[in-house]
Amino acid sequence: MHVLFADGVSLSWNPVSDLQILLQFHFMQNAYLAGTLVATGAGIMGYFMVLRSQSFAGHSLSNVGFAGATGAALLGVPAVVGLFIAGLAAAIGIQALNVGERQSRQSDIAVGAVLTASLALGFLFIHLSTAEYAASIYDVLFGNILGISDADVNVIVWATIALLAILVCIARPLFFASLDPDVAAARGVPVRALAFGYLVLLALVVALAVQIVGVLLIFALLVTPAAIAQYMTTRPAIAVAVAVVLALIFTWLGLAVGYFTPYPVSFFITTFAFGTYLLARGVRFALDRQGRRAIASRTARVGGEA
Amino acid sequence: MTDQSLTTSITSTTTPAVIQLEGAEVVLGGRTIWKNVNLSVQPGEFLAILGPNGAGKSTLLKAILGLIPLSQGRLSVFGHPARRGNAAIGYVPQRRHFDADVRVRGRSIVRLGLDGSNWGLPLPFLQPQKARDAARRVQEAIDLVGAGAYADRPVGELSGGEQQRLLIAQALVTQPQILALDEPLESLDLKNQQGVAAVIRQISQETGAAVLLVAHDVNPILPAVDRVVYVANGQVAVGTPEEVITTETLSRLYQTPIEVLRASDGRIVVVGQPAEEANHYARPLR
Repeated sequence: MHVLFADGVSLSWNPVSDLQILLQFHFMQNAYLAGTLVATGAGIMGYFMVLRSQSFAGHSLSNVGFAGATGAALLGVPAVVGLFIAGLAAAIGIQALNVGERQSRQSDIAVGAVLTASLALGFLFIHLSTAEYAASIYDVLFGNILGISDADVNVIVWATIALLAILVCIARPLFFASLDPDVAAARGVPVRALAFGYLVLLALVVALAVQIVGVLLIFALLVTPAAIAQYMTTRPAIAVAVAVVLALIFTWLGLAVGYFTPYPVSFFITTFAFGTYLLARGVRFALDRQGRRAIASRTARVGGEA
Repeated sequence: MTDQSLTTSITSTTTPAVIQLEGAEVVLGGRTIWKNVNLSVQPGEFLAILGPNGAGKSTLLKAILGLIPLSQGRLSVFGHPARRGNAAIGYVPQRRHFDADVRVRGRSIVRLGLDGSNWGLPLPFLQPQKARDAARRVQEAIDLVGAGAYADRPVGELSGGEQQRLLIAQALVTQPQILALDEPLESLDLKNQQGVAAVIRQISQETGAAVLLVAHDVNPILPAVDRVVYVANGQVAVGTPEEVITTETLSRLYQTPIEVLRASDGRIVVVGQPAEEANHYARPLR
């Protein structure tokens, strides 16, 4: 049985030949390699982001990255460099203003004002740059995993190795500082330094992930897998592993479906992530209700006997 | 008896102290929090740190933990200057609760007390013996506070009292010689207050750790308290509850007339303090 799509790529139900078709082109090999590395880094960083309630900070970093990416194009430097530098500046700003967590309405307003200003700046940069770049603005907003070059892959490989090496060193004290900063500080954990270090790493992951899913859809890899993982397990190490596996599955499946259909990859990655998130919330809700009912009936029984 | 003679009579002791403060003073943001504090804590001793809000009770704990420097005087812990990250001190800070959406099991939070501040990752596959030891010590601490039934549930879903027990277990897992607890009974309902107070009393007896407990209300812990450290108006009075929680001493500390009443069951009621304090002392013990 063969399914034919508009662009002429045919899908058989033989997984081996499908895989061969999927990986026959160099750009798809690059896409799978880059997607795998970025999903791994994003899955781990996302777990800490959810734990630290810093998804707003992640959102800030990616929006500021829009100005960074467009500014880089204007100056003729690689987008990933512009993204990382803008993210770094945002990380310093967040740390200095101490608005990493949603603390008050005032800090929300301050961050919102900065985000809007950086989007406007990015818009100006697009306007100033050549018309052909302006056409590729969709890549910054929604990612273009199929356009990953060999040079991009190179950057992603080294950046991911550095990220994982640093995370292996700091993951445990970072977990402590994220969960309970007061006790961690008393036990000698450099809480503030770790908070800043985490934001710098987050800026790095955002800079990489923007190439896959874009500035606007980045939560699909950063937040959603980690949020689902936390519904599935309460064991930190396992939750990190689950977040990574989910981010990988969404990316691999999104790439495959995007390849065999005429629709964009990042749409599928985001939609698979969102669908799984809804499912996980639904199952968790049902389990919690069942658990509460069981406890209630047990209490009632004990009460009855007493 | 003057303030001076009261404190010096306590410090003139010969056994080696786990904590020693001499003429200690802390200044924060230009304001003197307290000064001329002399205190020596013996191994296994149970001290209640009492006083009104903002008097510097938590500051005293933080100074001992090495989180706040003294501006004058000396402070030694186990004969050395106070330093951050001392595993021989278990610390439970003043806190609100974990957010309800924190989906991390209690056992992992207790485990942080053991090696959460270490860099790198544990490798249970390469060092199974070490992993088993760690798991056993975590289980012992959980059993000590009676948290076994809910140690594997997400901490955000637990009650305030259950969370407090797990945090005390976290502080205990390194088998500290000093346990520093900042208002561990605050924001707990009466039943949990009694439960957690009983756990702390039992720990101080079973582990022989010196306990420094900051409290608003001395009554739930009164049976266990050896001495109280009363902080008010930049001054500190130290002594047994009978010596310190008296009409005379408290009136002098607060510089306003205070009346201390003792109920027939041993409860202490302090009347005439700054308004927000008064009610805390009126809570029944049982």
